[in-house]
Amino acid sequence: MKTIRIGSGAGYSGDRIEPAVELVEKGDIGYLVFECLAERTIAIAQQAKLNDPTKGYDPLLAERMQAVLTLCKQKGVKIITNMGAANPQAAAAKVREIAGSLGLKSLKVAAVSGDDVLDVLKTGDVTISETGERASGMSNVLVSANAYLGAAPIVEALANGADVVITGRVADPSLFLAPQIFEFGWALDDWDRLGKGTVVGHLLECGGQVTGGYFAEPGKKDVADLARLGFPIAEVGEDGGAVITKVAGSGGRVTVDTCKEQLLYEVHDPKTYLTPDVTADFSALRVTEIAPDRVRVEGATGRARPETLKVSVGYVDGYMGEGQISYAGRGALARGRLALEIVKERLALTGVQTSELRFDLIGVNSIHGEVLAPVPEPTEVRVRVVGRTETLKEAVRIGNEVETLYTNGPASGGGATKSAKQVVAMLSALLPRAQATPVVAYLEV
Amino acid sequence: MKLFDIAHSRTGDKGDISNISVIAYDPKDYPLLAAQVTSERVKAHFTGIVHGEVIRYEIPSLGALNFVMHKALGGGVTKSLALDAHGKCLASALLDLDIPDTPA
Repeated sequence: MKTIRIGSGAGYSGDRIEPAVELVEKGDIGYLVFECLAERTIAIAQQAKLNDPTKGYDPLLAERMQAVLTLCKQKGVKIITNMGAANPQAAAAKVREIAGSLGLKSLKVAAVSGDDVLDVLKTGDVTISETGERASGMSNVLVSANAYLGAAPIVEALANGADVVITGRVADPSLFLAPQIFEFGWALDDWDRLGKGTVVGHLLECGGQVTGGYFAEPGKKDVADLARLGFPIAEVGEDGGAVITKVAGSGGRVTVDTCKEQLLYEVHDPKTYLTPDVTADFSALRVTEIAPDRVRVEGATGRARPETLKVSVGYVDGYMGEGQISYAGRGALARGRLALEIVKERLALTGVQTSELRFDLIGVNSIHGEVLAPVPEPTEVRVRVVGRTETLKEAVRIGNEVETLYTNGPASGGGATKSAKQVVAMLSALLPRAQATPVVAYLEV
Repeated sequence: MKLFDIAHSRTGDKGDISNISVIAYDPKDYPLLAAQVTSERVKAHFTGIVHGEVIRYEIPSLGALNFVMHKALGGGVTKSLALDAHGKCLASALLDLDIPDTPA
């Protein structure tokens, strides 16, 4: 039975680079997939593109490509990535430029676009899922609207001989499903196999999270050599059966437990995992360790894909201002509490207009309020005040009030910091498929 | 004992919705989890943090439960004022839950 090996070269935009190089050097992979696009990354990228039309793609694109492109070409490893973010065409042009500078011959780079549906939302009849309001009513604050495309345009690019496929917003598992569809010739309505292939994609999409990253619990779930964590490889058969593994000798582990944690990550109803390609069913999954660092995953199925595409909608939602300062030693907690009271009163006295405020004592209650049991009094505590405002000027005033505790507040406050920024928030919408048309363009060296 | 003693967990986020898996280290402990870690208990444990519905899904083949918690992330990662805006630490807080040693 034919099998292919797919490596995951990144689990998020800022991820490490050398584990991807290791995969190409020693992983015997046919495909290297970089998943680098979080919910809000694309909105930030859209703003970057507004300021400079040649930007708006992943900030580490050039560094990643310089690290792997020559070796991938030598070994015939195809690269698939959503590092195009808001500007896949500019990203493809950058890759062609890098290929030229590396002296590569005959490299074909595909750019998948068509996910940008901002104009459709500004003018059309699309409803925001969370609020039930018309998106067109928000047109003055909308920054971005990107539909989650599926695997089909990537399959098309691979069929046309692309060595590198760069997309914008594509559903994460679809990046990994595409090479499976292409290599095995699966039909785009073979729901059962698409469901199986989507589970493989879901396991790999977060990079090192399935090889022991984000897993270690010293004494209970020990993971060796986390600083040299190897990124995952899926060995997939044409029947959709898969084994998750990693490069021999790399750090981390692949076990039944690491795979189970990742299987449920960011899943809601396990019977109904929606992607643009399929409705995958995770509810009867089984995972079995068949050798050290080799885990078989089976039991996924699938049903017909949804008729609508999910759209991530970015919009400007006011400003956020923050200030922090630390107190230490005996009585630190009492001084921290006093500091919070002072800032609360000062914000009221000086009339800072906020729609939401938060007062945290880091090290005491800043993460979960009173949910975790009280601990002995800490010998240091960090005060944090953060608020939401209509204007940048108001946001700045919050941090200023914390900073003025230096000379006006409790004893021995130190290390004050402050910040203020515009908030680009995200909402979602559902769009009929016909209103987002994928487009594949090619550049060649 | 604590849930921490027999289960591991990971939190995921989508918009203002947080999901937390609870996975038995030993599949034999799954019935205990299923009996004790109800959506009502999880909702009560997260009073003040989770403001919406808590839905529990069961995946017996993995010995796991999955809790989907609405209005749990202060409006979602991009606008939340929380220090842990993704709610990534919620899994650790859930594992602090007290459970009896045997199924009820």
